[in-house]
Amino acid sequence: MSTASVSLQHVSKHYERGGQLLPVLTDIHFDIMPGDYLALMGPSGSGKSTLLNLIAGIDQPSGGAILVGGTDIARLNDRELADWRAANVGFIFQFYNLMPVLTALENVELPLLLAPLNRRERRERALFALDLVGLADRVKHYPSELSGGQQQRVAIARAIVSDPALIVADEPTGDLDRKSGEEILALLDTLNRDSGKTIVMVTHDQKAADAARQVRHLEKGELSHLEIRQ
Amino acid sequence: MLTLLIRFALRNTLRHRLRSLLTLAGIIVAILAFGLLQTVISAWYAGVDAAAANRLITRNAISLTFSMPLAYAERIRAQPGVEAVSWANWFGGVYIDESNFFPQFAVDANSYFDLYPEFIISPDELAAFQRERRGVIVGAKLAKRFGWQVGDTVPLRGTIYTGNWEFVISGIYQGRDASTDENQFFLHWDYLNEAVKARAPAWANQIGVFVIRFAPGESAAGVSQRVDLEFRNSLAETLTETEKAFQMSFVAMTGAIVKAIQIVSYVVILIIMAVMANTMAMAARERSSEYATLKALGFPPATVGWLVLAESLALALAGGGLGILLTPPLAGVIGSKLDNFFPVFQVATSTVEQQVLAALVIGLSAAILPAARAMHIRIVDGLRAIT
Repeated sequence: MSTASVSLQHVSKHYERGGQLLPVLTDIHFDIMPGDYLALMGPSGSGKSTLLNLIAGIDQPSGGAILVGGTDIARLNDRELADWRAANVGFIFQFYNLMPVLTALENVELPLLLAPLNRRERRERALFALDLVGLADRVKHYPSELSGGQQQRVAIARAIVSDPALIVADEPTGDLDRKSGEEILALLDTLNRDSGKTIVMVTHDQKAADAARQVRHLEKGELSHLEIRQ
Repeated sequence: MLTLLIRFALRNTLRHRLRSLLTLAGIIVAILAFGLLQTVISAWYAGVDAAAANRLITRNAISLTFSMPLAYAERIRAQPGVEAVSWANWFGGVYIDESNFFPQFAVDANSYFDLYPEFIISPDELAAFQRERRGVIVGAKLAKRFGWQVGDTVPLRGTIYTGNWEFVISGIYQGRDASTDENQFFLHWDYLNEAVKARAPAWANQIGVFVIRFAPGESAAGVSQRVDLEFRNSLAETLTETEKAFQMSFVAMTGAIVKAIQIVSYVVILIIMAVMANTMAMAARERSSEYATLKALGFPPATVGWLVLAESLALALAGGGLGILLTPPLAGVIGSKLDNFFPVFQVATSTVEQQVLAALVIGLSAAILPAARAMHIRIVDGLRAIT
């Protein structure tokens, strides 16, 4: 039995457009081990975001299997997949995807609504997560009152608040200036090194890729090569 | 869990303040207009609603414009189940000019008010009316409208009973409740009959309608049948019906107008439903990415649908609530302007219930499609949506 955090087995994905099949991913086969920090790189249209979506369980493959803890998430129905995501995946998006009408604290508290916690426990955990990302003094701020870097840190707090094993990040530094980008990468590094979180990140940014331990390159929907870093 | 989601939905309603305020204003106006139009319909039926269950009206079977002999009164009284009988004739006079219309009836002074306990008259004023043959009893609203007081002389120009008539106000009645018409004018049938006797004796001792109160436990149909049977094959056959049915026959004459008002009131609701649906569709489209994010975080589609529904309901109920609150004062203002057309212009409880229902229907129907779309949005498509 595989000890991988995520095992992708001959995964393929295609779309149907005007009666034609357009392959996006072809025969993707690799394992992501617990505690890995993996960057997916490749030119636009290479399928890296699609691959991230499949790993995160927000899209379904056309073929192959995606095993997580022995369960093929490609075979889960929508309800089961939603429960699986709530329990196992933390999301970080390029444009933060915070709820504009909720405060930083409420945004971070949001995923905990799906956990069997009372209000006080939710508050405590959300405050702790915000403290971890250095925003303990911004809990009552709305996203519009925060800088891009701060918003992304709120998004990271939201991603880790339910303590998922896997964090998926889609261009987490893509909308940030250099300094904020570096802060976010440092935060991800800490989460990986200190908390043992498995991180899978899609990026165009070489600096961001340099922060990862492994970089997998995709070309036209196929894995081209792997870089291992220290 | 619900508290945060409710807060989320409520805050969403205020995200585009101008759009929400304009939609809210539209709902307020629609619910208000709906309430007022329904109140006009209720006012139309006020006479029907105010009709007593134990009163019957007997009229000439041919038409209301044909009369019956006074002698019928005793024969009606003799019928089993009849407890009391009185009568009235439509007078149809003009006070100063035609625009000052109000209903005038020549009634039997000794028996009429006994059959109408909803007209509250002091015993002294009633006694004064019964003594004074030119005396009249007028409704409180009518007296207020023309500034009349007890003892004032009221000149009327007769149209059916031609000539100039002068009456003295003996008393002013109050309605027992808000549904009682306080715009009526009652004169002595005896006084009118004497004048008719003098001018056209052949037309004397004729009655427009008999009012019957039947005994408790008697059925309206049974008593009506017995009365009409009594006068079968006579010169003036009768038609006896409940007071409600009698009043209803007047409303039926204007049934098309009532129907038109009813249709317009529902069209108003349909229009605001379309406006509200458009608002919710725009709001939901703008939030595709947020709904997709919620689903990515693990929230079930039902939660996303619930957020759309709650936002729609919050807007509709807030607008509906304000519209409902504004209806009675505005109905009061309109009622005071239309006093002579609608003696009773009150917002009925059933109207308020219909307004609440309309607001709920607006909120629910406007949310159905956007909620369904938000629930079924593919996460990857929603996350790509540009907001």
